[in-house]
Amino acid sequence: MSALDAIDRRIIAATQGGLPLEPTPYRAIAETVGTTEDDVLARLESHLASGAIRRIGVIPNHYALGYQANGMSVWDVDDEAVDEIGRRVGALDFVTHCYRRPRHPPIWRYNLFAMVHDKSRDGVLAKIDEIARIIGRSAFAHDVLFSTRVLKKTGLRIGGV
Amino acid sequence: MMDDTDRKIVNALQGGFPLSPRPFAEAGARLQLDEGELIDRIGRLVSEGDISRFGPLWNAEKMGGAVTLAALAAPPERFDEIAAIVSAKDEVAHNYARDHALNMWFVVATETPARLAAVLDEIRAETGLAVYDCPKLAEYFLELRLVA
Repeated sequence: MSALDAIDRRIIAATQGGLPLEPTPYRAIAETVGTTEDDVLARLESHLASGAIRRIGVIPNHYALGYQANGMSVWDVDDEAVDEIGRRVGALDFVTHCYRRPRHPPIWRYNLFAMVHDKSRDGVLAKIDEIARIIGRSAFAHDVLFSTRVLKKTGLRIGGV
Repeated sequence: MMDDTDRKIVNALQGGFPLSPRPFAEAGARLQLDEGELIDRIGRLVSEGDISRFGPLWNAEKMGGAVTLAALAAPPERFDEIAAIVSAKDEVAHNYARDHALNMWFVVATETPARLAAVLDEIRAETGLAVYDCPKLAEYFLELRLVA
């Protein structure tokens, strides 16, 4: 992806907390950052196409929507099988994030992370059993880490702001 | 409290918001809501905390930035002190207490990979603890959708 220019950085700064809630939000952003509405729209289109913007719309609050339980399920999966397993686990509709990450033995043996959200802790555990059935014998061990407290939660602050 | 119309908005608008001069009018038409009502309802959902925000979800890594998930094992008697050190960093976006020997997990996002390494080093120096860096090596998921 090409480097961001000054206008991009100002657009990020102006939008990462949310769009202006008014009938012509892109024109309002254009006025804030010193460009035209067409330029703002073209840049946002291009960032959406490149993946620099994942999506535009409601960013939900899991807790307020009743998804109070979130379990970070972690799996020690055969390195040969992890990409194949990861794709299958990541395709499950209750898995919101699924990543391969490095192990740190001896304290951390797990290389596949799948975040599961549900309305209850038991619901999370039932879904993790379902993942375990999918993974089968390719996982040597797994664990689930529930969040016991949110210590900090802000949007990512990026783009020179 | 969210009503049925609010739920319809949350379910329908987790992406795909129009890039056009009157996007609320356009999105509202699909939901049978007029522009002003959609704007008012989204404003209320944000101010009441039912949604975190409304707008673009930027992906820091695609913009030359760096993001990682890191963990540490805070001794229980120092937990709050360590949490304060970690959370005070502007580059720490999320920080969660979790039930494991590695009991604190946080996301760090910076403009450059060098700055990311520096933030982890600062946390090591200020806490005196090992910090385990767990950057993503591969990503396997579709799209986040939560049903309201």
